Amino acid sequence: MTAQAPAKRVRTAVTAPRPVHKARRKVKPARVLLHVFLSVTALVWLIPLLWAVYTSLRPYEETASRGFLTFPKAITGENYVNAWQQAEFPHYFWNSILITVPAVLLTLFFAAGIAFFVTRFSFRFNLALLMLFTAGNLLPPQALITPLFQLYLKLPLPAWMSDSGLFYNSAWGVIAIHVAFQCGFCTFVLSNYMRTIPHEITEAALVDGAPVWRQFFQIILPLCRPAFAALATLESIWIYNDFFWALVLFQTGSKRPITSAIANLSGEFFTNPNLVAAGALMTAIPTLILYFLLQKQFVAGLTLGSSKG
Amino acid sequence: MTSTTKAAGRPVRRRKMRRLTGRDKLVLGLLVGIPLVIHLALVWFPALASVFLSFTNWDGIGLNTIHGAGLSQYEQAFTNDPSFWPAVTNNVLWLVFLLALPTPFGIFLAYQLDKNIRFSRFYQTAIFLPMVISLAVVGFIWQIFYQPDYGLLNSLLGTNNPNGTYLDWLGDPKLNLGAVLVAAGWRHTAYIMILYLAGLKSFDPSLREAAAIDGANERQTFFRITFPSLRPVNVIILVVTVLEGLRAFDLVYVMGGNTGSKQGLELLSILITNNIVGESGKVGYGSALAVILLIVSLVVIIPYLVQNFRKEQR
Amino acid sequence: MSHFQRRSPEPWRVGMLAADRRTVLKGLLGAAGLLATGPLLAACGGSAPATGGGATGEITLGSSGSEPTAKKAYQALIDAFAKSGGGTVKPNIVDNNTFQKTINSYLQGTPDDVFTWYAGYRMQTFAKKGLLHPIDAIWPAIEGNFTAATKSLCLGEDGKPYFVPIYNYPTAVFYRKSVFAQHGYQAPATFDELVSLAGRMKTDGLSPFAHGIGSGDGWTLLNTFDYLNLRTNGYQFHIDLMGGKTSWTDPKVTAVLDQWSRVIPFYQQGGAGRKWQDAQQALVDKKAGMAVAGMFVATSFTGADIDDLDFFPFPVVDPAHGLDSVEAPTDGFLLSKSPKNLDGALKLMQFIGTAAAAEAYQSGDQSNLAVVTNSDTSKYNALQTKAAALIASSKNMSQFGDRDSDPGFMSDVVIPAFSNFVSNPGQAQPTLQSIESQKSRYFSA
Repeated sequence: MTAQAPAKRVRTAVTAPRPVHKARRKVKPARVLLHVFLSVTALVWLIPLLWAVYTSLRPYEETASRGFLTFPKAITGENYVNAWQQAEFPHYFWNSILITVPAVLLTLFFAAGIAFFVTRFSFRFNLALLMLFTAGNLLPPQALITPLFQLYLKLPLPAWMSDSGLFYNSAWGVIAIHVAFQCGFCTFVLSNYMRTIPHEITEAALVDGAPVWRQFFQIILPLCRPAFAALATLESIWIYNDFFWALVLFQTGSKRPITSAIANLSGEFFTNPNLVAAGALMTAIPTLILYFLLQKQFVAGLTLGSSKG
Repeated sequence: MTSTTKAAGRPVRRRKMRRLTGRDKLVLGLLVGIPLVIHLALVWFPALASVFLSFTNWDGIGLNTIHGAGLSQYEQAFTNDPSFWPAVTNNVLWLVFLLALPTPFGIFLAYQLDKNIRFSRFYQTAIFLPMVISLAVVGFIWQIFYQPDYGLLNSLLGTNNPNGTYLDWLGDPKLNLGAVLVAAGWRHTAYIMILYLAGLKSFDPSLREAAAIDGANERQTFFRITFPSLRPVNVIILVVTVLEGLRAFDLVYVMGGNTGSKQGLELLSILITNNIVGESGKVGYGSALAVILLIVSLVVIIPYLVQNFRKEQR
Repeated sequence: MSHFQRRSPEPWRVGMLAADRRTVLKGLLGAAGLLATGPLLAACGGSAPATGGGATGEITLGSSGSEPTAKKAYQALIDAFAKSGGGTVKPNIVDNNTFQKTINSYLQGTPDDVFTWYAGYRMQTFAKKGLLHPIDAIWPAIEGNFTAATKSLCLGEDGKPYFVPIYNYPTAVFYRKSVFAQHGYQAPATFDELVSLAGRMKTDGLSPFAHGIGSGDGWTLLNTFDYLNLRTNGYQFHIDLMGGKTSWTDPKVTAVLDQWSRVIPFYQQGGAGRKWQDAQQALVDKKAGMAVAGMFVATSFTGADIDDLDFFPFPVVDPAHGLDSVEAPTDGFLLSKSPKNLDGALKLMQFIGTAAAAEAYQSGDQSNLAVVTNSDTSKYNALQTKAAALIASSKNMSQFGDRDSDPGFMSDVVIPAFSNFVSNPGQAQPTLQSIESQKSRYFSA
């Protein structure tokens, strides 16, 4: 319960209240101009996307005969139904979830652990540790793939975790590399965030004789909720959308996540852009839902700069 | 590892560290140790192994077929690969473009959106969408945008006439880099906007108010107050931009139909993948290219980290 | 992410212009998805009856045939094998592009017992690296079913048999009979006639040659290059050039590029950004007059349209070589280096080398030809019959650029150089010099 009050304090600190503009004042022309500018920008940004949506809603036969840049005779969800039913979407969505959810949770947990350590138990390795993780996050993945692949062929996993008995061709292997890679960014953000949590809170707990694990799980983790929300959104988007690791580290086609399974869809084989548009747009649904759900916390939790620190 | 665990129990500054029990040390050791081992084994070990492989000749099959090759792979890259220098040039162009247009524009948008205006969330979402949707969708969207025969752009411009003007956006080496950069800018603006917005949220608004009271106009406020005080965010944005420029890969990959060796669109990351992942198995050569990219990346990363963490040493 | 270059004209990589478009997605994803139910059911443990799903008799098959036609044909083959009492085959279908680009890691990892691949250099390279298991145990039982030329395709450099072919298909110049009839075109016999025919087509408002090398489809250019080289310099020169034995700066190669530059102006506009499937669609739509391609173009023609599709052999350049060579890539199966079920896998390989297997496969896919000599060809369509005659009448059979050569050299050096050349046809010398200077990376011992 002690955790509740400070949690609020931190939150308000982050999303500091803006001086309320005197509403009902007369509309300034500059404001109107700003809205026009932002609407136009938003529209321009949406055009390619809307074009894809429009394409996906039209039957192939119509666009084939009349062209794409025409007024529609028919608008139909048929392409979506076909893509959903015949492309085994549920199966590949499930594969993606099996990779994304554990990877995001583990990444956040480990990153929180490191951030907790470097912000609460200041000691000489603190800086080196933070630099190591952050720098690792910035390395180009292509530079790692060959040794990583060879490593995965040698690293065993128990049979109940991987039917290949190896990290290779196993969801765990893909999860592990995501965790290893993404920890850096999350550690960086979380350590910035944790720095905004007053030391008195954990110190008080220590005086009470609370062990470290309780400080971590019962005090620090709940306080970091906004940062977790923001990071979970970003990380889910990144990990869900990855297809590089999954492509190289899986051998069995039916184990791959939806993005690598569908990567070829974007133009390798098909000349039915309508159906492909529908299929491709559907892959975006989970990340869109997540973004809308966590949108409120998203920007607020992402305290990159903590200039007020 | 062990040193980490031990170190955990060695108080440096805070008095309270004395109270750490053996169990506390174990918990801390595991909290840091597990991710540290995973990270070192899966990121840094392969990175170092790649450096080693860049001095060898290896087809990627069987460890016994690794042969030393000295610096010959690097020599190949610099002197005898017609794609290498165009790739370097394109990476630089990519970077310059991102720095010149989408980055400032993203910052500008973030600044406008931070003004507590109506519909801010709508604008924000619309502009951020390119970062939310998957690359499969992005690649596809731009393909149907640029497709030479029926794509939106050529249909609008009327430049798909086989016997007249015919603009081959993704094929023509004079046009394709520009075409892909538009898509890259589309995504990058969104990315920068959200990062900067996050930074602005942590900016103390009273500073801005104070400046306004002092009669500074908006531009002056931004350049003299907001921008300088957001230095940490600026650095992040600079680094993100530089790395996006250096690591540019996905968009070309998906828009080129999952392939890389296309004239006009050469990029280092794509050359690396071509050599390493494909059937040709030029692991030594691909690793040499990777090391070149690695070194350039580190040259960017290290000053950033030093500057970013220096303040913590206090 | 990678260079995910498509290297050879495989039928299943061809657009789904054909057939039911609703099966398109299914072809890519559904295939693998359906298969996934296999292990899932097995995982359900007790409830699943032991209907051959047991570990004992099961043979795993890695297949790149994700396209509906190929999938159907392979399934027919698997069913026929099961019916013959051979055992259960569990396929792992991966789309062709991914399959090819990850083949190195696939074979080093935990590959399936049997997998689909290509004859020639691309097979021999893997055999040499010890990634394949020879099939000498069953070879005597089936080698009698193949011609001498086919048999030689199955051997590694060590002389041991590794490969069992399932089909091949010729590359030629394809066109629509109705378009030729409408404009009164004649199939050209010589390259000069081909050039003038292309000129006429252009005047008539057609794109003479369908052209699409976007999205990694640069391999399609090798169809033309291979034939021009075969027709100009002969089979042996072509094979030596591909094998890295002859210099690319040889004037004979320059002569080939000079011939080539005569037809490049007649290529469909915008080819560099167009997918090959879209180019093929232009032939279907009667916007393009001809396509130099493998017989898999047939998969783009649906229903009665298929009877309108015809071809003529790539015309003569030098009468000394006439039409003595045909490019006919052969596809088939290999054993991975240590199959879990070696006995079953060998049994499957033996079955594939029989007429029963060829006929089962052909029942699902008529865009290529059976290679066993004793299979029933009475169900061939007109195109298949003509194609079989073309192959039978040719003295030499080449595979395809990237199968007769180092595939990496082709995809990373030659194909980009040719893609560039097609945009700048005047640059024959620099193109060839650049290829020659990079050759050593791939052909040093």
